[in-house]
Amino acid sequence: MRRVFAEMTRRPSTLLALLLILVVVLSALGAPWLAPFAPDDQPFDGLSLEGAPLAPGAKYWLGTDTLGRDLLSRLLFGARTSLVIGLVANGVAVVIGMLVGTVAGYSGGMFGGALMRFTDLMMAFPALLLAIVLAALLHPSLWIVAMVIALVNWVQVARVVYTETRGLAERDFILAERSLGAGHGRILFRHIAPHLMPTAIVYGTLGIATTVLLEATLSFLGVGVQPPQPSWGNIIFESQSYFQAAPWLVFIPGAVILATALSFNLVGDTLRDLLDPTQRGRG
Amino acid sequence: MASLFAQRIVQAALILLGVALVTFLLLHYLPADPAALIAGRSANAQMIANVRHQLGLDLPLPLQFWRYLSGLLRGDLGRSYIQRSEVATLIVARIPATLVLMLTGILVEVALGLVFGILAAVKRNGFADRAVMTLAFVGVSSPQFVIALLLLYVFAAELGWFPMSGYGTPAHVVLPALTLGLLGAGWYARMVRSAMIDVLNQDYVRTARAKGLSWRRVILRHALPNALLPIVAMIGIDIGQFMGGVVVVEAVYGWPGIGQLAWQAIQQVDVPIIMGVTLVSSLAIVLGNLLADAVAPVLDPRIRGR
Repeated sequence: MRRVFAEMTRRPSTLLALLLILVVVLSALGAPWLAPFAPDDQPFDGLSLEGAPLAPGAKYWLGTDTLGRDLLSRLLFGARTSLVIGLVANGVAVVIGMLVGTVAGYSGGMFGGALMRFTDLMMAFPALLLAIVLAALLHPSLWIVAMVIALVNWVQVARVVYTETRGLAERDFILAERSLGAGHGRILFRHIAPHLMPTAIVYGTLGIATTVLLEATLSFLGVGVQPPQPSWGNIIFESQSYFQAAPWLVFIPGAVILATALSFNLVGDTLRDLLDPTQRGRG
Repeated sequence: MASLFAQRIVQAALILLGVALVTFLLLHYLPADPAALIAGRSANAQMIANVRHQLGLDLPLPLQFWRYLSGLLRGDLGRSYIQRSEVATLIVARIPATLVLMLTGILVEVALGLVFGILAAVKRNGFADRAVMTLAFVGVSSPQFVIALLLLYVFAAELGWFPMSGYGTPAHVVLPALTLGLLGAGWYARMVRSAMIDVLNQDYVRTARAKGLSWRRVILRHALPNALLPIVAMIGIDIGQFMGGVVVVEAVYGWPGIGQLAWQAIQQVDVPIIMGVTLVSSLAIVLGNLLADAVAPVLDPRIRGR
């Protein structure tokens, strides 16, 4: 692991991505101390005399939104929302995907087949549409959104893990372990699971990018995290009709979402390169 | 081959049946009560019960599903709770707009993917190669709605080259199609690049070069046809991605397709329309995969024998 980390810091783009992730994490953790204003504070001079949001300037570094709240403060607190959803939703998705994939791959037969047919079924759903429908009809909140995202995102992990487990289950060292009398639990946890760790780490990272984007999209459509709790997506949702007059309200949060997703994608891709040499250079 | 394909079709039908069942159950167990919504805020319990009875929502669940399924086989997707018209008619009326959007989006994606992919493969580690890698990463990391708003801001609001929203003329389709196509183009370019690199290393390409053919001819006539196969498969698989993207893009550009229909229906808890659009989208995904399977042997005679 230390070798992997050293290798990662040697690549300029990955190093930059790691630093950006660090900035996002620190913003999320330190939001109450870093933010110049409270996220729902509406200072008396937060709007122009005509009632329009303020452009970026000396007092409000990134400007104010349509209600006169400080954009920087809302972005900092929004980082909490995005990261919590990113980590929780993606964590749950990876765990479900790993469980379904290993159990289906290891047990094989009717049961394994049935599990994989179910993932085929999930693949036939338009994921984003399904997420929108569920989030809209379930009275969206932070945790509902996280669960909805996990529910549509585990499928891909399950398929990759299934294929890998099938390959592992037929290897000689598993056969040897079986002949020595090891039980299924021991084989799964002691011998198969460690081989799946690289996949878990790679998807644990790449999936955060997907999750952050999905949360932003749901919030942008108004079915994600509900205002006044700030999330990067709903900041854009709240100001999209003003985007001609106050473009910074759309494009600053947009750039933050892009930079975060890009960083997690880059780090995930580098991890895949380093942890699994057979995947090197592939999409 | 024929029997393999027949097997695929049966599988596809089963998957659609499963999609219908899962959608039905999901919507049935959601907390939103369509009967209460239709009856209105001032309705009393009796009125809500009447509406529920009218819609057949008081029947046992298996019977409701059976009625839904037998309707499906007749092409009947039920009636919209709010608009009172046939869901099938509503969806069919919206399909042309979505089809135009998807086809132009795919066109943008594939055209850009091919050009950049070939350039990157021919000049490895050159400028195009780096551009492709960057574009691919930025593409998968970009929130589609931000790109949509960015294009609107620059090309419609500031430069005034294209209309802000609406539907009808070729100018209307440019920005939505770009939004759908740009983000995926980088990924297609990566696929084309690696397929082309594989092909370019093969003996027959060297032979073609050795007998004096120009690079241009070797690439376009000898190498490219063999690199197309993964692209076709990818388009088929990508339909699902597109069906989701369509909801966002149609919402931002006010494009009157099935994405917009679904979006309105979701806000009104118009369950029959939501189910209808989900089914039609799944049908598109399943058909896309089938089509990719069917086209592969046409493009690659080596697969035909199997």
